[in-house]
Amino acid sequence: MAEALLEVKDLVAGYDGTSVLCGISLRVETGSIVAVLGANGVGKTTLNKVLSGIVRPQQGEVIFDGQRIERANPSDIVAAGLVHVPEGRKLFPDLSVRENLELGSYRRGKAERARTMDQVLTVFPRLKQRFEQRAGTLSGGEQQMVAIGRGMMGQPKLLILDEPSLGLAPRLVEEMFALIGRLNEAGLTILLVEQNVMQSLELADAAHVMEHGCLVLSGTGAELAGNRELAKTYLGM
Amino acid sequence: MTAPLLSVSNASKRFGGLMAVDNASLMVKAGGITGLIGPNGAGKTTLFSLISGFEPPTSGSIIFDEAEISSLPPHRRASLGIARTFQIVQPFTGLSVRENIAVGAYLHCHRRDEAMDRAAAIAVRVGLANRLDAPAAGLTVSARKRLELARALATRPRLLLLDEVLAGLNPSEVRDIIPVIRAFVGDGITILMVEHVMQAVMSLCDHVYVLAEGRMIAEGTPAEVTREPKVIEAYLGPGAAARIASEAASHG
Repeated sequence: MAEALLEVKDLVAGYDGTSVLCGISLRVETGSIVAVLGANGVGKTTLNKVLSGIVRPQQGEVIFDGQRIERANPSDIVAAGLVHVPEGRKLFPDLSVRENLELGSYRRGKAERARTMDQVLTVFPRLKQRFEQRAGTLSGGEQQMVAIGRGMMGQPKLLILDEPSLGLAPRLVEEMFALIGRLNEAGLTILLVEQNVMQSLELADAAHVMEHGCLVLSGTGAELAGNRELAKTYLGM
Repeated sequence: MTAPLLSVSNASKRFGGLMAVDNASLMVKAGGITGLIGPNGAGKTTLFSLISGFEPPTSGSIIFDEAEISSLPPHRRASLGIARTFQIVQPFTGLSVRENIAVGAYLHCHRRDEAMDRAAAIAVRVGLANRLDAPAAGLTVSARKRLELARALATRPRLLLLDEVLAGLNPSEVRDIIPVIRAFVGDGITILMVEHVMQAVMSLCDHVYVLAEGRMIAEGTPAEVTREPKVIEAYLGPGAAARIASEAASHG
């Protein structure tokens, strides 16, 4: 078995004393793409918030790159190399594309920032054209590029993408999945939360289906893509 | 031939140096579902704002039920029977589901009990009957989308503009909400919808317009526009176009 970059053990978490996550365990191996699928409201975003330190778990362990991080500060988790690109992009609309990207590297030095910025602009040449434009005036697809680019500015080892294809035209959805594949080939480990199930399964090395805060089905992307039970209850096919 | 319910002719909207909608025209016949698709940033939401009155057009005409409405404010257009939903749903989070829907009902009902009764009836149509007294803040994404439909429906629209109501829903949630939308048409409501979920566009729409960079580049039945090379190039991409074609073939 390959080395796990992220390991989650028996994670229980929620809000105000109630639990949303029922005791989740999962591994993300270095260099892989792992997909977490499930309906709205089952706890996927809560899981992401625990991993990035925004929500403290009630029980369980999160081990990232050999360190326990379930009680760590969000900014220390970013510095350790776990970066979360939130659902809905959450850009600063009145700041420029450049400023939004720079904010992603707030834990890095100036020289590193310039180098990473070059890499991001190579991946997203479109953002170079929009560099000094206000982020709020960009189209949906361009805003998603800024959000992912901002995540890359933190020089992550693990990038968590929460619904990166949300609200994008079919062509851009395809480009987004191709991009995720390329980032992964370049060495980035990715945890992908998506509603676009079939395309996620095509890309993912491993996938988990979440229901009522528990992982109810796990397998390789190809296994889940061929699972009739999943297709019927979850994919609506 | 009867006059269309809505007719947008040569409408343009300029924001500073940007021509967001550029000489676009479309017609919506009464009693069906018309789709409006196109790349992100094509001007679809701006066109909705011109129709619903949130933005005045720079030029062009908008005729609803044979009357020019392009200079009327949004509330007057709502009284005439035009309602819209928003891409980012923003319910009144301090109010219950019932109260949120009643806000729309007050357009035509002036008594509180009447508005509340109407809200309860509409909740049934969108599948929120068992959440009537729940605070809107606690709803899931999918329930929020249903609430957004209900709030628009409460204004008794004749023309309902739906702006990406299916975005963020998973395939089975999309499957569950499609009959809800189709039932509106059975109740005599005409729909114009902006949507990227092609599964829904193919199954719901009678006619589709394609907007790209502010201009209409194609129109026709869903099957016709999804075969159009210009539409594949600007919007669908080769992969999605192939998937749609193969799904159409497998359904005969």
